[in-house]
Amino acid sequence: MHATSALAEADRLMTVCNSCRYCEGICAVFPAMEMRRAFSDGDLNYLANLCHGCSACYYDCQFSPPHEFNVNVPATMAKVRTESYEAYAWPGFLAPTFRRNGLVISIAACVSVFAFIVGFVALRDPSVLFGTHTGPGAFYKLMPHNTMAVLFGAAFLYAMIAIAMGIRNFWRDIGEPANTLTKATPLWQAIKDASSLRYLDGGGVGCMNDEDKPTDTRRIYHHLTFYGFLLCFAATTTATGYHYLLGLEAPYPWYDLPVLLGTLGGLGLVIGPIGLLRAKFQRDRELVEARSYGMDVGFLVMLLLTSITGLLLLVLRATPAMGMLLALHIGIVFALFITMPYGKFVHGFYRFLALVRYAKERSDAH
Amino acid sequence: MKNGEIAGHVASRRDETAGRRHDVLVIGGGNAALCAAISARRAGASVLVLEAAPQFYRGGNTRHTRNMRCAHDSATETLSGPYTEDEFWEDLKRVTQGRTDEELARHMIAQSKEMLTWIVDQGVRFQPSLGGTLSLGRTNSFFLGGGRAMLNALYATAEQLGVEIRYDAEVVGLEIENGMFLSATVKEQTGTSQVRAGALVAASGGFEANIDWLKQGWGEIAGNFLIRGTPYNRGTILRILIDNDIQQIGDVTQCHAVAIDARAPKFDGGIITRLDCVIYGIVVNKNCERFYDEGEDIWPKRYAIWGRLVAAQPDQIAYIIFDARSLELFMPSLFPPIKGDSIAELAGQLGLDPEKLTKTVATFNNAVQPGTFDPDNYDDCATAGLTPPKTHWARKIEQGPFYAYPVRPGITFTYLGVKVNKEARMIMSDGKPAANMFAAGEIMAGNVLGQGYAAGIGMTIGSVFGRAAGQGAAKHARN
Ligand SMILES: Cc1cc2nc3c(=O)[nH]c(=O)nc-3n(C[C@H](O)[C@H](O)[C@H](O)COP(=O)(O)OP(=O)(O)OC[C@H]3O[C@@H](n4cnc5c(N)ncnc54)[C@H](O)[C@@H]3O)c2cc1C
Ligand code: HEM
Ligand code: SF4
Ligand code: SF4
Repeated sequence: MHATSALAEADRLMTVCNSCRYCEGICAVFPAMEMRRAFSDGDLNYLANLCHGCSACYYDCQFSPPHEFNVNVPATMAKVRTESYEAYAWPGFLAPTFRRNGLVISIAACVSVFAFIVGFVALRDPSVLFGTHTGPGAFYKLMPHNTMAVLFGAAFLYAMIAIAMGIRNFWRDIGEPANTLTKATPLWQAIKDASSLRYLDGGGVGCMNDEDKPTDTRRIYHHLTFYGFLLCFAATTTATGYHYLLGLEAPYPWYDLPVLLGTLGGLGLVIGPIGLLRAKFQRDRELVEARSYGMDVGFLVMLLLTSITGLLLLVLRATPAMGMLLALHIGIVFALFITMPYGKFVHGFYRFLALVRYAKERSDAH
Repeated sequence: MKNGEIAGHVASRRDETAGRRHDVLVIGGGNAALCAAISARRAGASVLVLEAAPQFYRGGNTRHTRNMRCAHDSATETLSGPYTEDEFWEDLKRVTQGRTDEELARHMIAQSKEMLTWIVDQGVRFQPSLGGTLSLGRTNSFFLGGGRAMLNALYATAEQLGVEIRYDAEVVGLEIENGMFLSATVKEQTGTSQVRAGALVAASGGFEANIDWLKQGWGEIAGNFLIRGTPYNRGTILRILIDNDIQQIGDVTQCHAVAIDARAPKFDGGIITRLDCVIYGIVVNKNCERFYDEGEDIWPKRYAIWGRLVAAQPDQIAYIIFDARSLELFMPSLFPPIKGDSIAELAGQLGLDPEKLTKTVATFNNAVQPGTFDPDNYDDCATAGLTPPKTHWARKIEQGPFYAYPVRPGITFTYLGVKVNKEARMIMSDGKPAANMFAAGEIMAGNVLGQGYAAGIGMTIGSVFGRAAGQGAAKHARN
């Protein structure tokens, strides 16, 4: 019937929940469930990616364990979600990277950092790595700007293509027509719901993490992470524009836009992941999905390393530590880029798309 | 302990030790108990709550609830229109067929208005009624996340206010002298101990989980009943109170009983084993005979008679039979229906006589008159010349595959209780109010519900009388 035991369990739970419906006011998953009576694998993958893991339905459920009906929606959805990432991965032979994701990402990071160090040394000579460089173009004493741009452009392009292919697989699996993505109303609704993490609020009071009392911490820390990431991305884009359009070379003074955006974003990207890691460690064991643990932690650590090395680079860029730090920072960022399609990063895309479909289903139903 | 020590403990109320004397003792851990505990604490009393269940199962049948019925004069964010006190009263009078205490019931209805905001002030959240089961969007307020979410909010508030709560703490004895509560005996894993308090609120629910007690009214057939809610409501406190001269109200057989899936667990199957398909098919007993008009009235108005009807059948079992056309007309439920390509095959799966069932269905089909089927409203599809008739939604059962649900009586809650007045104060058998004993919730529901039921009224009774009991108990204990 179902492709995996997790999907079979999700089907069982959705049958229970569809007979109960007490949680219908908490999030998007239950109203979406109510629009169906039977659940195909595609339906379940859609619902799993619609679930934000807020856990309110676990603490609110009269049938959660130790009750014999053993209803644990968040943990089951997390399992299905993790498996779905793997199923949608492109190219398919890289799907197993989701299994030991923490390990894969650590190796990617180490190799990448090492390659940059070796590259700097090989391209120039060992002394540049430990020399002090200041003024415009200081970074490019280690690596020519064009080399950097081509390398990262290619990595980014590859990541985007691989992610786009995964998105295509997801969209087909859940059976949604392509033209849904051209409709402004559901897209706008999904943008609002995703940017506010509307469904990570336990139906209004906050999500739950380790007990039945709600807090809003995971949502706040995610906002710091998410907007921190966006700001860092904006910083890089601005800097690229400065370079090619205005002919201004990095490093930029502290008050310049790329540095301001990067610093602000970097701070968010330090505090956010730390808060999320803390929540993760405190999480009720019943709710933790063992299979995605390495992936989740791996992603958080990578984000944290990106921001910490970036901020250190900013502070220490006029010292001899700059060379090593630059290798470290861009090594990490490079690894982050190329592993993006094969790690937790994809959650944002699938969740957003699930929200688009939900918004469309809702407006169709009215 | 001796009396001298009690005085000493009163002086050191903050002391958390076992022998501590509280102003108010609340027995139970559901809606009624928590409303009482919170209101007593807010009135300045020190409060101890003793809950028999472990923490996860705290809150008895309240865990399984979904909504409450309160009067309101205008639509709100979560209620689609006004529901006046008079309309509420008319509804109550109709469902109980007048078997209610008008003064008390009207008092409760008047108080229910305030409960809408009071309960929200205690942290409980309502949602607009969405898909839902019954069309109750105007009269009933739905708890966001259901009854357990509601309880979590009440417990959080109670803890914040400094109410002391003990789980796995079953009260097994009460020391009552001349209508005056003195102390309670508590059984915990660590052993048995005495708890003293200035006033008592009994909010320990009904006795539906006590099959032996049910048998006293129903006879041996009660052994075949399923209990929809908590296994912890065994009526221990109710029994002790009645044995101690508190006036009893109602009789053993009065309860809310519906027909639920026979495959449900003995206890605690909750809402998801209910079946809303009776009106779309026929219901037969184990002898393949029909026994009641399945289409008598719209389902929300009639579902609660089917528990009793099935209880009266041999072996307390019946089967709802319908065909493929009706499969998706009702809310899904936990277990899939049993399926057969022919009526005879279906009968085989159910362990019924295939010939007899085929004949019953054929007789029914022959009696069906032409009409326009309307699943949501009274329609003109009825049988002619059939006993018992089916007066609405009668369509031939002819399009395979055919489906069946086995059903048994599922007891929701019991009505036999202790008599109380408007303050929720217990009434002694001589008609005098008890000095320091109050009751709220299912344990006194019979004061308002002599029979019948209106959805959501269980929570109303618990909240209104719970709050009153807490206030009364606090006032008594602090004077
Ligand atoms: C499936 C189902 C759905 C329902 N849905 C609704 C609904 O939507 N709306 C509605 O209004 N009503 C509903 N009801 C009815 C409702 O549950 C009851 O009316 C209500 O829970 C009664 O509240 P209470 O606080 O008096 O009792 P309960 O909530 O049952 O609480 C009784 C408490 O007392 C404790 N207790 C028992 N004996 C002892 C002892 N000796 N010592 C210590 N503690 C003890 C129990 O553990 C329990 O915590 C439903 C019932 C069921 C079974
Ligand atoms: C469409 C946009 C996105 C949505 C809807 C979204 C939603 C979510 C949700 C619901 C969670 C689960 C919360 C939890 O378990 O604590 C989560 C986790 C997380 N998200 Fe996002 N996210 C989005 C984009 C991003 C982006 C762009 C980043 C950062 C680059 C990011 C970083 C994280 C991190 C680090 C976690 C925590 C991982 C964990 O603890 O398991 N998210 N996201
Ligand atoms: S999680 Fe539990 S309470 Fe919520 S809808 Fe499902 S079964 Fe009902
Ligand atoms: S978003 Fe929260 S409430 Fe909704 S299904 Fe997921 S864990 Fe449950």
